[in-house]
Amino acid sequence: MWDYSETVQDHFYNPRNAGAVEEANATGDVGSLSCGDALRLTLKVNAETDVIEEAGFQTFGCGSAIASSSALTEMIKGMTVDEALTVSNQEIADYLDGLPPEKMHCSVMGREALQAAVANYRGEVWSDDHEEGALICKCFAIDAVLIEETIRANKLTTVEEVAHYTKAGGGCASCHEGIEEILTMVMEEAGETFDPEAVAAPDVDTTPETLVAGTSGMAIMKRIKRIETIIESIRPQLQADRGDIELVEVMGDTIYVNMTGACSGCQMAAQTLGGVQQRLIEDLGEFVKVVPATELPVSKTSSAMAGA
Amino acid sequence: MKDVYLDNNATTMVDPSVVEAMLPYFTEQFGNPSSMHSFGNKVGFALKNARKQIQALLGAEHDSEIIFTSCGTESDSTAILSALKAQPERNEIITTVVEHPAVLSLCEHLEKDGYKVHYLKVNKKGQLDLEEYKSFLSDRVAVVSVMWANNETGTLFPVLEMAELANAAGVMFHSDAVQAVGKIPMNLKTSKIDMLSISGHKLHAPKGIGVLYLRRGVRFRPLLRGGHQERGRRAGTENAASIVALGKAAEMALENMQLENTRVKAMRDRLEQGILDSVSHCFTTSDVDNRLPNTCNIAFEFVEGEAILMLLNKEGIAASSGSACTSGSLEPSHVMRAMDIPYTAAHGSTRFSFSRYNTMEEVERVIAAVPPIIEKLRKLSPYWNENGPVEEPEKAFAPTYA
Repeated sequence: MWDYSETVQDHFYNPRNAGAVEEANATGDVGSLSCGDALRLTLKVNAETDVIEEAGFQTFGCGSAIASSSALTEMIKGMTVDEALTVSNQEIADYLDGLPPEKMHCSVMGREALQAAVANYRGEVWSDDHEEGALICKCFAIDAVLIEETIRANKLTTVEEVAHYTKAGGGCASCHEGIEEILTMVMEEAGETFDPEAVAAPDVDTTPETLVAGTSGMAIMKRIKRIETIIESIRPQLQADRGDIELVEVMGDTIYVNMTGACSGCQMAAQTLGGVQQRLIEDLGEFVKVVPATELPVSKTSSAMAGA
Repeated sequence: MKDVYLDNNATTMVDPSVVEAMLPYFTEQFGNPSSMHSFGNKVGFALKNARKQIQALLGAEHDSEIIFTSCGTESDSTAILSALKAQPERNEIITTVVEHPAVLSLCEHLEKDGYKVHYLKVNKKGQLDLEEYKSFLSDRVAVVSVMWANNETGTLFPVLEMAELANAAGVMFHSDAVQAVGKIPMNLKTSKIDMLSISGHKLHAPKGIGVLYLRRGVRFRPLLRGGHQERGRRAGTENAASIVALGKAAEMALENMQLENTRVKAMRDRLEQGILDSVSHCFTTSDVDNRLPNTCNIAFEFVEGEAILMLLNKEGIAASSGSACTSGSLEPSHVMRAMDIPYTAAHGSTRFSFSRYNTMEEVERVIAAVPPIIEKLRKLSPYWNENGPVEEPEKAFAPTYA
């Protein structure tokens, strides 16, 4: 059974704003190809102020589709149309205290219904701009279409590169067979052959030397300071679960951290690290990897000790 | 109130007397049956007894035709891969589109290795076309693998007849019978079935034990090589406690076979009729005159299965669904799709599967619980108005799919 949060269960068992809004002046009908669920969102928008006065949903779908619809209507009531459009699917998921990775597309469907309804209100035609494929990476909820397009656009040739660009396969590694299959297929289109032994193209800025050479010392300090501030802002959330995190080292695009308290040894630690990494990527505006400090390259003496 | 368990095609409760039979084999009877001392010897006798109990349930000619494995999936893989390995000049397989993933995923994988797989289609009632089957039989086919009963719908395939046809064409025949064994009588010695898979946990034995029936004389290549266990056909130290348990469960299944087709069937029929009478716009998705006595699959139109299961679960009722959202892979049931069930109904298909441990009181409880659940979900559905489906539902609500 899915691991649904209490909020998801509450919104499923006691859905808010179920049914069509009377005198609605905006309707959005969308469905999700990946699971077949579908949703109709109806809104009553004040034509003077653009404020959404009422929102209602009708959903043909699973528990999390119904909960996501319910959450969406609660979130956007009272917002202006423009404000509502800024609601991301991640925010819908956050409002529900998270969704299982397989079910993130339910929140995407909610956001798309909103876009479709707003387009309908404005007399525009909404067309969807993304395609969804079979879920490959369950740790980070990455689907086949995204992996395929990223491989094609960036001419990727190894599983490691795919993990760098999309995060897919960067967690538990169970999906590497699936990623290899996609690589084989896309590379064949380009007349190439996938070689599992191939080494990822060297990342220029992973070695500290080139980093120092390419960037001024001041810029490095500022960047580390920025990373520290972001990690500091994440700590209260982890502390609430009796865990904690500390910054240990920054080497190029790799950020080494220590998970302590309840986080250490927690089965969700990989997922938590993934979340921290996502946050850092968003705030820094660059790709970084967050890994446990235990993976820090060690000097010869200490590795000999560990082996003894 | 005790919860109602109607998901016996997923797994069953281990019968208390089965647990009792297996427990000594964890403690005082811990020996390795291969050992040359009394510790091992007694376990060896127990395994021999279990083999005979399973032979009796299957109606096999010899007890040496029973090979213990770790699960139904291992039995399926062993059978199909053995047939390919033993007949390298044959590179085709015949199976059906509605097989369990244990067979289907393996076949899809074998296609990547260059094997040609013929997938037999089914009609809207889930039946096979035997003419199509005959057209695929040739000396290029290494093995036919067809399930005895479908896990989702309970629909039975004419495996005895199909095995005869395969035999006449000189082709090996395997059947995944994990859902059928213990529910319908079998007499394999009079059949032309060469290999057959059983899974213990579907008939009140524990998880992690299975059987491959291998007719004497059928050419065989083991999947696991190593020790001499199972006469060298499946290496690995025997899972003695579970083998003893499966033997006991098989004996009990044989004793209770009559019950499956009387009491269990009556409960299933009462549930099905009760629901069909009290809920509009729903229908059974199986071949009703030709199915397992314990399985009922009803498609509720315009609502989704996972939502049904969550509300049933809240009422303490356990069932299963063919909906995409309950599958983990988000793939809608390949069985419902193969039967061409409309999406708005396949999505709400719900399976209730019984065992002899269910009671008629439980059935009445479920019949009372289902209508309000479907009504509640239909109120949320864009395909549904106050009291019925919107007119031309597929046109009135035609979402943009992304």
